[in-house]
Amino acid sequence: MTLRLTVNGTEQTLDVDPEMPLLWALRDILGLTGTKFGCGQALCGACTIHLDDEAVRACVTPVKRAEGKRITTIEGLSPDGTHPLQRAWVEHAVPQCGFCQTGQIMSAAALLRKKPHPTDAEIEQSLGGNLCRCGTYLRIREAVKKAAGGQ
Amino acid sequence: MSTIVLATAPLVFAGCDKTKSKEETTKKAPSFVPPAIAASELRKVSAFDAISDPADRSRAIFLEATRVFLHPRCSNCHPSGDSPLQGNEQRPHDPPVFRGENNHGIAALECTSCHQDHNLELARVPGAPNWHLAPREMAWIGKTPHDLCEQIKDEKRNGGKSLEAIVEHSAHDPLVAWGWNPGPREPAPGTQASFGDLVAAWVKTGAACPDATEKGPLGTKENAR
Repeated sequence: MTLRLTVNGTEQTLDVDPEMPLLWALRDILGLTGTKFGCGQALCGACTIHLDDEAVRACVTPVKRAEGKRITTIEGLSPDGTHPLQRAWVEHAVPQCGFCQTGQIMSAAALLRKKPHPTDAEIEQSLGGNLCRCGTYLRIREAVKKAAGGQ
Repeated sequence: MSTIVLATAPLVFAGCDKTKSKEETTKKAPSFVPPAIAASELRKVSAFDAISDPADRSRAIFLEATRVFLHPRCSNCHPSGDSPLQGNEQRPHDPPVFRGENNHGIAALECTSCHQDHNLELARVPGAPNWHLAPREMAWIGKTPHDLCEQIKDEKRNGGKSLEAIVEHSAHDPLVAWGWNPGPREPAPGTQASFGDLVAAWVKTGAACPDATEKGPLGTKENAR
Protein backbone atom coordinates (compact mmCIF):
# COMPACT_ATOMS: atom_id res chain seq x y z
CA MET A 1 0.00 0.00 0.00
CA THR A 2 1.34 3.43 -0.92
CA LEU A 3 1.32 5.93 1.94
CA ARG A 4 2.27 9.60 1.85
CA LEU A 5 3.94 10.81 5.01
CA THR A 6 5.30 14.18 6.10
CA VAL A 7 8.45 13.51 8.08
CA ASN A 8 10.31 16.45 9.58
CA GLY A 9 8.70 18.72 7.02
CA THR A 10 9.58 16.56 4.00
CA GLU A 11 7.01 14.63 1.93
CA GLN A 12 7.82 10.93 1.74
CA THR A 13 6.08 8.20 -0.27
CA LEU A 14 6.35 4.67 1.12
CA ASP A 15 5.08 1.37 -0.25
CA VAL A 16 4.54 -0.54 2.99
CA ASP A 17 2.09 -2.67 4.93
CA PRO A 18 -0.22 -0.10 6.60
CA GLU A 19 0.04 -2.02 9.87
CA MET A 20 3.85 -1.78 9.90
CA PRO A 21 5.02 -0.02 13.08
CA LEU A 22 5.92 3.56 12.25
CA LEU A 23 9.26 2.97 13.96
CA TRP A 24 10.19 0.39 11.31
CA ALA A 25 9.35 2.84 8.53
CA LEU A 26 11.38 5.62 10.14
CA ARG A 27 14.45 3.56 10.94
CA ASP A 28 14.63 0.84 8.30
CA ILE A 29 13.14 2.60 5.28
CA LEU A 30 13.85 6.29 5.82
CA GLY A 31 17.13 5.77 7.71
CA LEU A 32 16.14 8.02 10.62
CA THR A 33 17.90 5.97 13.28
CA GLY A 34 17.87 8.64 15.97
CA THR A 35 14.60 7.15 17.22
CA LYS A 36 15.41 3.99 19.15
CA PHE A 37 13.84 0.56 19.47
CA GLY A 38 13.65 -0.45 23.13
CA CYS A 39 10.88 -2.84 24.12
CA GLY A 40 8.50 -2.87 21.15
CA GLN A 41 5.53 -2.80 23.52
CA ALA A 42 5.18 0.88 24.47
CA LEU A 43 6.68 0.17 27.88
CA CYS A 44 9.98 2.09 27.75
CA GLY A 45 9.50 5.25 25.69
CA ALA A 46 12.71 4.99 23.66
CA CYS A 47 10.77 5.29 20.39
CA THR A 48 8.84 8.45 21.27
CA ILE A 49 8.16 10.77 18.32
CA HIS A 50 5.54 13.44 17.62
CA LEU A 51 2.42 13.12 15.50
CA ASP A 52 1.01 16.62 15.06
CA ASP A 53 2.88 17.68 18.21
CA GLU A 54 1.47 14.79 20.30
CA ALA A 55 3.99 12.36 21.77
CA VAL A 56 3.39 8.81 20.57
CA ARG A 57 5.27 5.54 20.80
CA ALA A 58 6.37 4.78 17.25
CA CYS A 59 6.90 1.07 18.01
CA VAL A 60 3.15 0.51 18.45
CA THR A 61 1.82 3.12 16.05
CA PRO A 62 0.70 1.61 12.73
CA VAL A 63 2.24 3.65 9.93
CA LYS A 64 -1.22 4.31 8.46
CA ARG A 65 -2.14 6.35 11.57
CA ALA A 66 0.56 8.85 10.59
CA GLU A 67 -0.93 9.54 7.16
CA GLY A 68 -1.94 13.18 6.85
CA LYS A 69 -0.19 14.09 10.09
CA ARG A 70 3.11 15.88 10.73
CA ILE A 71 5.72 13.40 11.95
CA THR A 72 8.57 14.88 13.96
CA THR A 73 11.56 12.81 15.03
CA ILE A 74 14.61 13.86 17.03
CA GLU A 75 16.27 14.70 13.71
CA GLY A 76 13.57 17.27 13.04
CA LEU A 77 13.12 18.74 16.51
CA SER A 78 15.40 21.62 15.47
CA PRO A 79 17.34 22.21 12.26
CA ASP A 80 20.70 22.36 14.01
CA GLY A 81 20.35 20.68 17.38
CA THR A 82 19.68 23.92 19.22
CA HIS A 83 16.21 23.29 20.60
CA PRO A 84 16.20 24.61 24.19
CA LEU A 85 15.96 21.05 25.46
CA GLN A 86 18.94 19.94 23.36
CA ARG A 87 21.00 22.85 24.67
CA ALA A 88 19.98 22.10 28.24
CA TRP A 89 20.80 18.43 27.71
CA VAL A 90 24.35 19.37 26.70
CA GLU A 91 24.74 21.88 29.52
CA HIS A 92 23.67 19.37 32.16
CA ALA A 93 25.53 16.47 30.52
CA VAL A 94 22.36 14.45 30.84
CA PRO A 95 23.08 11.29 28.82
CA GLN A 96 25.08 8.42 30.17
CA CYS A 97 24.75 5.56 27.68
CA GLY A 98 22.33 7.76 25.73
CA PHE A 99 19.99 5.11 24.37
CA CYS A 100 16.83 6.47 25.97
CA GLN A 101 17.62 10.14 25.52
CA THR A 102 15.84 10.60 22.20
CA GLY A 103 12.60 9.47 23.76
CA GLN A 104 13.20 11.55 26.89
CA ILE A 105 13.77 14.71 24.85
CA MET A 106 10.80 14.11 22.57
CA SER A 107 8.49 13.51 25.53
CA ALA A 108 9.85 16.59 27.27
CA ALA A 109 9.34 18.68 24.12
CA ALA A 110 5.71 17.57 23.91
CA LEU A 111 5.27 18.40 27.59
CA LEU A 112 6.76 21.89 27.29
CA ARG A 113 4.56 22.67 24.30
CA LYS A 114 1.47 22.07 26.44
CA LYS A 115 2.89 23.16 29.78
CA PRO A 116 5.71 25.67 29.26
CA HIS A 117 6.49 25.82 32.99
CA PRO A 118 5.83 22.37 34.42
CA THR A 119 6.22 21.54 38.09
CA ASP A 120 8.60 18.79 39.20
CA ALA A 121 5.60 16.50 39.66
CA GLU A 122 4.33 17.24 36.16
CA ILE A 123 7.75 16.49 34.68
CA GLU A 124 7.96 13.22 36.57
CA GLN A 125 4.45 12.16 35.58
CA SER A 126 4.73 13.12 31.91
CA LEU A 127 8.11 11.42 31.56
CA GLY A 128 7.11 8.50 33.79
CA GLY A 129 6.81 6.23 30.77
CA ASN A 130 10.36 6.95 29.61
CA LEU A 131 12.78 4.56 31.30
CA CYS A 132 16.48 5.30 31.78
CA ARG A 133 18.47 2.26 32.82
CA CYS A 134 21.43 4.51 33.70
CA GLY A 135 19.27 6.43 36.16
CA THR A 136 19.81 9.93 34.79
CA TYR A 137 16.39 11.02 35.97
CA LEU A 138 17.63 13.84 38.20
CA ARG A 139 19.65 15.39 35.38
CA ILE A 140 16.72 14.94 32.99
CA ARG A 141 14.47 16.84 35.36
CA GLU A 142 16.99 19.64 35.82
CA ALA A 143 17.50 19.95 32.08
CA VAL A 144 13.76 20.13 31.44
CA LYS A 145 13.46 22.87 34.05
CA LYS A 146 16.38 24.70 32.50
CA ALA A 147 14.79 24.52 29.08
CA ALA A 148 11.53 25.76 30.58
CA GLY A 149 13.29 28.89 31.72
CA GLY A 150 13.73 27.98 35.35
CA GLN A 151 17.02 27.87 37.25
CA MET B 1 -11.19 -19.64 28.84
CA SER B 2 -12.46 -20.60 32.22
CA THR B 3 -15.03 -23.36 32.37
CA ILE B 4 -15.76 -22.92 36.03
CA VAL B 5 -19.44 -23.27 36.73
CA LEU B 6 -20.70 -20.64 39.10
CA ALA B 7 -22.37 -22.02 42.17
CA THR B 8 -25.99 -21.08 42.38
CA ALA B 9 -26.35 -18.95 45.44
CA PRO B 10 -29.94 -18.53 46.57
CA LEU B 11 -31.29 -15.06 46.07
CA VAL B 12 -33.84 -13.88 48.54
CA PHE B 13 -36.85 -12.44 46.77
CA ALA B 14 -40.46 -12.37 47.73
CA GLY B 15 -43.12 -13.58 45.37
CA CYS B 16 -41.13 -15.92 43.21
CA ASP B 17 -42.65 -19.12 44.50
CA LYS B 18 -46.36 -19.35 43.77
CA THR B 19 -46.72 -22.80 45.34
CA LYS B 20 -45.57 -21.94 48.82
CA SER B 21 -47.78 -22.83 51.78
CA LYS B 22 -49.14 -20.34 54.28
CA GLU B 23 -46.47 -21.38 56.73
CA GLU B 24 -43.80 -20.72 54.14
CA THR B 25 -45.12 -17.24 53.38
CA THR B 26 -44.57 -16.28 56.98
CA LYS B 27 -40.87 -16.92 56.56
CA LYS B 28 -38.77 -13.87 56.02
CA ALA B 29 -38.60 -14.51 52.26
CA PRO B 30 -38.41 -17.43 49.86
CA SER B 31 -35.25 -17.96 47.85
CA PHE B 32 -34.64 -17.74 44.15
CA VAL B 33 -31.85 -19.92 42.86
CA PRO B 34 -30.54 -18.75 39.50
CA PRO B 35 -29.57 -21.49 37.04
CA ALA B 36 -25.93 -22.56 37.10
CA ILE B 37 -23.81 -21.03 34.37
CA ALA B 38 -20.20 -21.02 33.21
CA ALA B 39 -18.13 -18.07 34.45
CA SER B 40 -17.63 -16.99 30.84
CA GLU B 41 -21.36 -16.77 30.15
CA LEU B 42 -24.07 -14.36 31.16
CA ARG B 43 -27.56 -15.43 32.22
CA LYS B 44 -30.31 -14.43 29.83
CA VAL B 45 -33.11 -12.14 30.94
CA SER B 46 -35.47 -15.12 30.78
CA ALA B 47 -33.48 -16.83 33.54
CA PHE B 48 -35.19 -14.40 35.91
CA ASP B 49 -38.75 -14.85 34.64
CA ALA B 50 -39.59 -16.94 37.70
CA ILE B 51 -39.36 -13.86 39.90
CA SER B 52 -42.88 -12.50 39.69
CA ASP B 53 -42.38 -9.18 41.43
CA PRO B 54 -40.98 -6.72 38.87
CA ALA B 55 -38.85 -4.85 41.42
CA ASP B 56 -37.34 -8.07 42.72
CA ARG B 57 -36.74 -9.21 39.13
CA SER B 58 -35.14 -5.85 38.35
CA ARG B 59 -32.76 -6.20 41.30
CA ALA B 60 -31.81 -9.74 40.29
CA ILE B 61 -31.18 -8.69 36.69
CA PHE B 62 -28.97 -5.82 37.83
CA LEU B 63 -26.96 -8.18 40.02
CA GLU B 64 -26.37 -10.36 36.97
CA ALA B 65 -25.25 -7.30 34.99
CA THR B 66 -22.73 -6.45 37.71
CA ARG B 67 -20.80 -9.53 36.56
CA VAL B 68 -19.97 -7.32 33.56
CA PHE B 69 -19.78 -3.91 35.25
CA LEU B 70 -17.33 -5.20 37.86
CA HIS B 71 -15.37 -7.51 35.55
CA PRO B 72 -11.74 -6.35 35.26
CA ARG B 73 -12.12 -5.72 31.50
CA CYS B 74 -14.67 -3.06 32.36
CA SER B 75 -13.83 -1.84 35.86
CA ASN B 76 -10.07 -1.50 35.29
CA CYS B 77 -10.78 1.76 33.46
CA HIS B 78 -13.38 2.86 36.05
CA PRO B 79 -10.80 3.15 38.87
CA SER B 80 -11.39 4.82 42.20
CA GLY B 81 -8.16 6.81 41.78
CA ASP B 82 -6.49 8.63 38.91
CA SER B 83 -4.74 5.68 37.27
CA PRO B 84 -6.18 2.67 35.45
CA LEU B 85 -5.61 -0.91 36.54
CA GLN B 86 -4.37 -3.87 34.54
CA GLY B 87 -5.03 -7.58 34.42
CA ASN B 88 -7.45 -9.74 36.32
CA GLU B 89 -5.29 -9.01 39.38
CA GLN B 90 -6.19 -5.33 38.93
CA ARG B 91 -2.64 -4.18 39.49
CA PRO B 92 -1.59 -0.56 38.79
CA HIS B 93 -1.05 0.31 35.12
CA ASP B 94 2.55 -0.08 33.97
CA PRO B 95 3.95 2.33 32.83
CA PRO B 96 2.50 4.69 35.43
CA VAL B 97 -0.15 6.86 33.77
CA PHE B 98 -2.67 9.40 35.02
CA ARG B 99 -6.14 10.51 33.96
CA GLY B 100 -5.28 14.18 33.41
CA GLU B 101 -7.82 16.97 33.14
CA ASN B 102 -9.99 15.33 30.47
CA ASN B 103 -9.53 11.63 31.36
CA HIS B 104 -7.46 11.06 28.22
CA GLY B 105 -4.08 11.21 29.98
CA ILE B 106 -1.56 13.95 30.71
CA ALA B 107 0.68 16.06 28.48
CA ALA B 108 3.15 13.83 26.58
CA LEU B 109 1.57 10.71 28.06
CA GLU B 110 -1.93 10.62 26.64
CA CYS B 111 -3.82 7.32 26.46
CA THR B 112 -3.40 7.44 22.68
CA SER B 113 0.35 7.90 22.99
CA CYS B 114 0.34 4.10 23.12
CA HIS B 115 -3.23 2.80 22.65
CA GLN B 116 -4.55 2.63 19.10
CA ASP B 117 -8.14 2.24 17.89
CA HIS B 118 -7.68 -1.54 17.75
CA ASN B 119 -5.82 -4.24 19.65
CA LEU B 120 -2.18 -4.75 18.69
CA GLU B 121 -1.60 -8.47 18.61
CA LEU B 122 2.19 -8.54 18.54
CA ALA B 123 2.80 -5.75 21.05
CA ARG B 124 -0.14 -6.92 23.21
CA VAL B 125 -1.29 -3.33 23.64
CA PRO B 126 -5.09 -3.22 23.90
CA GLY B 127 -6.96 -0.64 21.86
CA ALA B 128 -10.40 0.56 20.81
CA PRO B 129 -11.87 3.83 19.53
CA ASN B 130 -11.74 6.71 22.01
CA TRP B 131 -9.59 4.82 24.55
CA HIS B 132 -9.74 6.75 27.82
CA LEU B 133 -10.55 6.52 31.52
CA ALA B 134 -14.05 6.88 32.87
CA PRO B 135 -14.38 10.16 34.79
CA ARG B 136 -13.65 10.08 38.49
CA GLU B 137 -17.34 10.26 39.42
CA MET B 138 -17.91 7.05 37.45
CA ALA B 139 -15.53 5.00 39.61
CA TRP B 140 -16.69 1.40 39.96
CA ILE B 141 -13.74 -0.23 41.74
CA GLY B 142 -14.67 -1.09 45.30
CA LYS B 143 -18.38 -0.35 44.85
CA THR B 144 -21.10 -2.69 46.11
CA PRO B 145 -23.83 -3.60 43.61
CA HIS B 146 -26.21 -1.27 45.47
CA ASP B 147 -23.85 1.71 45.31
CA LEU B 148 -22.95 0.94 41.69
CA CYS B 149 -26.63 0.83 40.77
CA GLU B 150 -27.46 4.12 42.45
CA GLN B 151 -24.43 5.72 40.80
CA ILE B 152 -25.35 4.50 37.32
CA LYS B 153 -28.85 5.96 37.69
CA ASP B 154 -27.55 9.32 38.96
CA GLU B 155 -27.20 11.74 36.06
CA LYS B 156 -24.67 13.73 38.07
CA ARG B 157 -22.45 10.66 38.14
CA ASN B 158 -23.23 9.01 34.81
CA GLY B 159 -22.33 11.73 32.34
CA GLY B 160 -25.86 13.12 32.22
CA LYS B 161 -27.31 9.97 30.71
CA SER B 162 -30.97 9.04 30.86
CA LEU B 163 -31.78 5.40 31.56
CA GLU B 164 -32.46 4.96 27.86
CA ALA B 165 -29.04 6.39 27.08
CA ILE B 166 -27.48 3.98 29.58
CA VAL B 167 -29.10 1.10 27.71
CA GLU B 168 -27.85 2.39 24.37
CA HIS B 169 -24.33 3.00 25.75
CA SER B 170 -24.19 -0.48 27.26
CA ALA B 171 -25.43 -2.22 24.12
CA HIS B 172 -23.62 -0.33 21.38
CA ASP B 173 -20.73 1.86 22.54
CA PRO B 174 -17.54 0.84 20.67
CA LEU B 175 -15.32 1.28 23.73
CA VAL B 176 -17.71 -0.77 25.87
CA ALA B 177 -17.58 -3.39 23.10
CA TRP B 178 -13.87 -3.86 23.75
CA GLY B 179 -14.83 -5.72 26.95
CA TRP B 180 -15.78 -8.69 24.77
CA ASN B 181 -12.94 -8.21 22.28
CA PRO B 182 -9.90 -7.78 24.53
CA GLY B 183 -7.33 -9.69 22.53
CA PRO B 184 -5.52 -12.32 24.60
CA ARG B 185 -7.22 -11.23 27.84
CA GLU B 186 -10.24 -12.89 29.46
CA PRO B 187 -13.34 -11.21 28.05
CA ALA B 188 -16.27 -10.00 30.11
CA PRO B 189 -18.94 -12.68 30.49
CA GLY B 190 -21.48 -13.22 27.74
CA THR B 191 -21.71 -10.81 24.83
CA GLN B 192 -22.33 -7.09 24.54
CA ALA B 193 -25.74 -7.94 23.13
CA SER B 194 -26.69 -10.11 26.10
CA PHE B 195 -25.35 -7.44 28.48
CA GLY B 196 -27.41 -4.84 26.63
CA ASP B 197 -30.49 -7.07 26.98
CA LEU B 198 -29.94 -7.29 30.74
CA VAL B 199 -29.55 -3.53 31.14
CA ALA B 200 -32.62 -2.92 28.99
CA ALA B 201 -34.63 -5.42 31.06
CA TRP B 202 -33.41 -3.82 34.27
CA VAL B 203 -34.66 -0.43 33.08
CA LYS B 204 -37.93 -1.90 31.82
CA THR B 205 -38.62 -3.48 35.20
CA GLY B 206 -38.16 -0.20 37.01
CA ALA B 207 -34.36 0.04 37.39
CA ALA B 208 -34.55 -1.14 40.98
CA CYS B 209 -31.29 -1.35 42.91
CA PRO B 210 -30.08 -4.38 44.89
CA ASP B 211 -30.27 -4.23 48.64
CA ALA B 212 -27.23 -2.75 50.34
CA THR B 213 -26.53 -6.15 51.90
CA GLU B 214 -25.83 -7.72 48.50
CA LYS B 215 -22.06 -8.04 48.39
CA GLY B 216 -21.45 -9.09 44.81
CA PRO B 217 -22.75 -10.54 41.59
CA LEU B 218 -24.85 -13.71 41.56
CA GLY B 219 -23.13 -17.01 42.04
CA THR B 220 -19.85 -15.59 43.31
CA LYS B 221 -18.17 -16.06 46.64
CA GLU B 222 -18.95 -12.44 47.47
CA ASN B 223 -22.68 -13.10 47.74
CA ALA B 224 -22.54 -16.65 49.06
CA ARG B 225 -24.82 -17.03 52.04
